[in-house]
Amino acid sequence: MTDLTRLTASETAAAIKDRTVSAVEVTQAHLDRIATVDGQVHAFLHVDTEGALAQARKVDAGEFPGPLAGVPLALKDVLTMEGVPTTAGSKILEGWRPPYDATVTARLKAAGVVILGKTNMDEFAMGSSTEHSAYGPTHNPWDLTRIPGGSGGGSSAALASYQAPLAIGTDTGGSIRQPAAVTGTVGVKPTYGGVSRYGLVAFSSSLDQAGPCARTVLDAALLHEVIAGHDPHDSTSIDAPVPPVVEAARSRHIRGLRVGVVKELSGEGYEPGVQARFDEAVEILKDLGATVTEVSCPHFVYALPAYYLIAPSEASSNLARFDSVRYGLRVGDDGVNSLEEVMALTRAQGFGAEVKRRIILGTYALSSGYYDAYYGQAQKVRTLITRDFARAWESVDVLVAPTCPTVAFPLGAKLQDPLAMYRQDVASIPSNLYGGPAASFPAGLSDGLPVGLQVMAPTLRDDLLYRVGSAFEAALPAPVPSLAWENA
Amino acid sequence: MTAVPYDEALAEFEPVIGLETHVELGTASKMFCGCATEFGAEPNTQVCPVCLGLPGALPVVNETAIESTIRIGLALHCDIATWCRFARKNYFYPDMPKNFQTSQYDEPLCTDGYLDVLVAGETVRIPIERVHLEEDTGKSLHVGGATGRIHGASHSLVDYNRAGIPLVEIVTKPVTGTGTMPAEVAKAYVTELRDVLRGLGVSDVKMEQGSLRCDVNVSLNRPGQEWGTRSETKNVNSLRSVERAVRSEVERQAFRLRAGERIVQETRHFHEDTGMSTSGRSKEEATDYRYFPEPDLVPIAPDPVWVATLKDALPEAPSVRRLMLTKELGLSDNDSEAMVNAGVLDVVLATVEAGTSATEARNWWLGHLAQSANTAGVDAADLPITPAQVARVVALVNAGTLTAGLARQVVDGVLAGEGEPDAVVVSRGLAVVSDEGALAAAVDEAIAADPDAAEKVRSGKVAAAGALVGKVMKATRGQADASVARRLVLERLGVTADLS
Ligand SMILES: [Zn+2]
Repeated sequence: MTDLTRLTASETAAAIKDRTVSAVEVTQAHLDRIATVDGQVHAFLHVDTEGALAQARKVDAGEFPGPLAGVPLALKDVLTMEGVPTTAGSKILEGWRPPYDATVTARLKAAGVVILGKTNMDEFAMGSSTEHSAYGPTHNPWDLTRIPGGSGGGSSAALASYQAPLAIGTDTGGSIRQPAAVTGTVGVKPTYGGVSRYGLVAFSSSLDQAGPCARTVLDAALLHEVIAGHDPHDSTSIDAPVPPVVEAARSRHIRGLRVGVVKELSGEGYEPGVQARFDEAVEILKDLGATVTEVSCPHFVYALPAYYLIAPSEASSNLARFDSVRYGLRVGDDGVNSLEEVMALTRAQGFGAEVKRRIILGTYALSSGYYDAYYGQAQKVRTLITRDFARAWESVDVLVAPTCPTVAFPLGAKLQDPLAMYRQDVASIPSNLYGGPAASFPAGLSDGLPVGLQVMAPTLRDDLLYRVGSAFEAALPAPVPSLAWENA
Repeated sequence: MTAVPYDEALAEFEPVIGLETHVELGTASKMFCGCATEFGAEPNTQVCPVCLGLPGALPVVNETAIESTIRIGLALHCDIATWCRFARKNYFYPDMPKNFQTSQYDEPLCTDGYLDVLVAGETVRIPIERVHLEEDTGKSLHVGGATGRIHGASHSLVDYNRAGIPLVEIVTKPVTGTGTMPAEVAKAYVTELRDVLRGLGVSDVKMEQGSLRCDVNVSLNRPGQEWGTRSETKNVNSLRSVERAVRSEVERQAFRLRAGERIVQETRHFHEDTGMSTSGRSKEEATDYRYFPEPDLVPIAPDPVWVATLKDALPEAPSVRRLMLTKELGLSDNDSEAMVNAGVLDVVLATVEAGTSATEARNWWLGHLAQSANTAGVDAADLPITPAQVARVVALVNAGTLTAGLARQVVDGVLAGEGEPDAVVVSRGLAVVSDEGALAAAVDEAIAADPDAAEKVRSGKVAAAGALVGKVMKATRGQADASVARRLVLERLGVTADLS
């Protein structure tokens, strides 16, 4: 019998639809898979066995007609799900069971998608390795001693270790794309406002964007279509039709497409192996009929510092609500300590070092007398980066670059050097600051570890990502991990 | 003595005042979510993920609140922004669910207006700096302490029903040139503003329920010198207190300045019971609110055509309406101003509508009811009596059922919560007694008790009957119909003088 966990999402949905298998069988196969391998990978923070099987039974009863009905999914633990623990990777939310579904969660449920559980992440999505999770790191299925990327390392590792065919990530500075790159999977950050943020525990409101993660381009597109679209609960949600992503994911041709290689996103800091796979990818795009030119985006070099002012500033405000008064952790409430002391003790114990670092950074950047020099200046850089993109679209349809400068590094390698960790996102951050869609597609291996090709498109042209992705995937199939550790 | 008398202080110093007024809008739902806004509901029953600030929840702007704020701005002759944003005001407070308040900072909806008020026959123009929109906080209740304050409390309870109710903040520019009447000007401004807001129908403007709240800024300087350091008195929650707060602050600051002391820039808390304020937080240790544009909301860009429509549809300003009505009712300018400044114009008009003459209504609201309000320490308009009830009392007087004195007792009964006027008349037994049989005994007793007066009347000195009638009135606790009593006294003493 076929291993149900090796199927793609579209294959799984088709099999369930024509009753070759039941949704319950598919769900149980994935729950078993989680039980077998997740002790070593640690992709999940919480497995919702009962909820998943209940949803699968509803699918088998014919309740959901959608294209992904019955397909299992791993949900990043930053999105709320009614009654199911949601921690955002933080101790400060330990034990909190939200009384409401995020819009993404609600849409998944309504589409008959089976949510297996909540996946590990860097605390409040702050990090590039999942090592900043308060619940321990996730391990990269390609090499368990290495990081799976971050912040959405749990979601990407679940895909790469066949614990789920679909996952949801969120991308503030690369948290969907960099994990996809280092695990050899597909990750798409939609246009900002394309997918509702309602129920997404906020890190940086003006940058956060939920998106689809999968092992194939078509699967990502099918998932994209389920979760995207206007939401009246999110004021920043775009009231426009969802771009034709599924059609694009089936198109597989890019003849005549104008592709720009970003000059500033290469060279120093990019590992030779990563650069080599990227150069080969560009050659493949040429072979597929795209016209390739080099494009200069001079302000991209300021993206990283601007991001590290804007994101922490917003985070310092967004994370203020975690004060022990209404939910989550409470420390030192002994009847003697004052309210202020209980708040301070709770935050001191509940937040990890990286979160505190960013709260302090953001608090400082917003302070009276510093605002103009830091937050104000960063917003100007943001405008300049947006102009770089706008100018690029005058001559090309999409931009390409490596997704991140390195392959998966060993766990612990960058923990003592925050700036080295931050540089993981140097190539992905420009799209967050601009708001346009961007994706990472598997582009082969360097020393046995996956490398990602990043594609960036104009706002609301998410379909272009899938066009490039589908053609590229057909020309260069995604690498398959050996998972040798399973039998070791 | 730590104060210089008000008049003396203002003979020596020039006041600069400023007022920040918070108005809870009367929208059906909250500012950023669909929760109801009803006053007095069970704690934490009007809440949802958004107004509780749960992780992941996002705000959506209440369009009616935007419209109300723009209408307020227009009524105050402000410029309306064509593009503006909300901002986050960051500070930690347990009754603020997100630990930031979604407010407006450097891009308010309305700027640069004014409001004309009448004080001592003169029109004073109060310049308006800004009108902006924000969300209200919840309410903390401190349990176990002696005073309901946080010090000494064993624990605190928080009610988030009020959290997220739309709140409009109206800020004046510094008001100078109020001369010897800063307190009167401040009160006249808040009174007029309340009438404007009520006329717009955007709020129930009940100061005692907190839907209209005032912060009062005061500084003093010697003539020709720079403005002094200002204090900000918070928690001023009645029209009367607005006046008292300015007055007491003028007196306090004058005392310090005279003594050569420095005025500390600080927040002061006003106490309704004593009419005094106490020092709160010093601004020198002020919070840095770290304002920045609210990234969860898109900018507001009111369509100028729509704004023009709102402007055209504004109701007549209260000052205009007042002028028309007082003319119509034949009230003098002095009366009109007195009523406005006592905050009773609306209730006077309502009383007239309920059937009294203008003079009768005026006399009640500026007379006995004003005294009752003063004794109770509330604004007359907030007394627990309705214009219809006042009109009923007047009707009973006109029908001869009540004397003026009895009418005051009936009103006191209504104020004491004893029910409708007619019910008070019955329960207190206050109707005029004109039944001759019932009065006969009292008349006999009066004559027996004062034979001298009786003899004088018998000998033709009819004026002496007054003392006997007074005794009858006293014996009947004022309930006797005085003219009937007088006729009975004279008849009993054999005098048939023409009584006309
Ligand atoms: Zn609510």
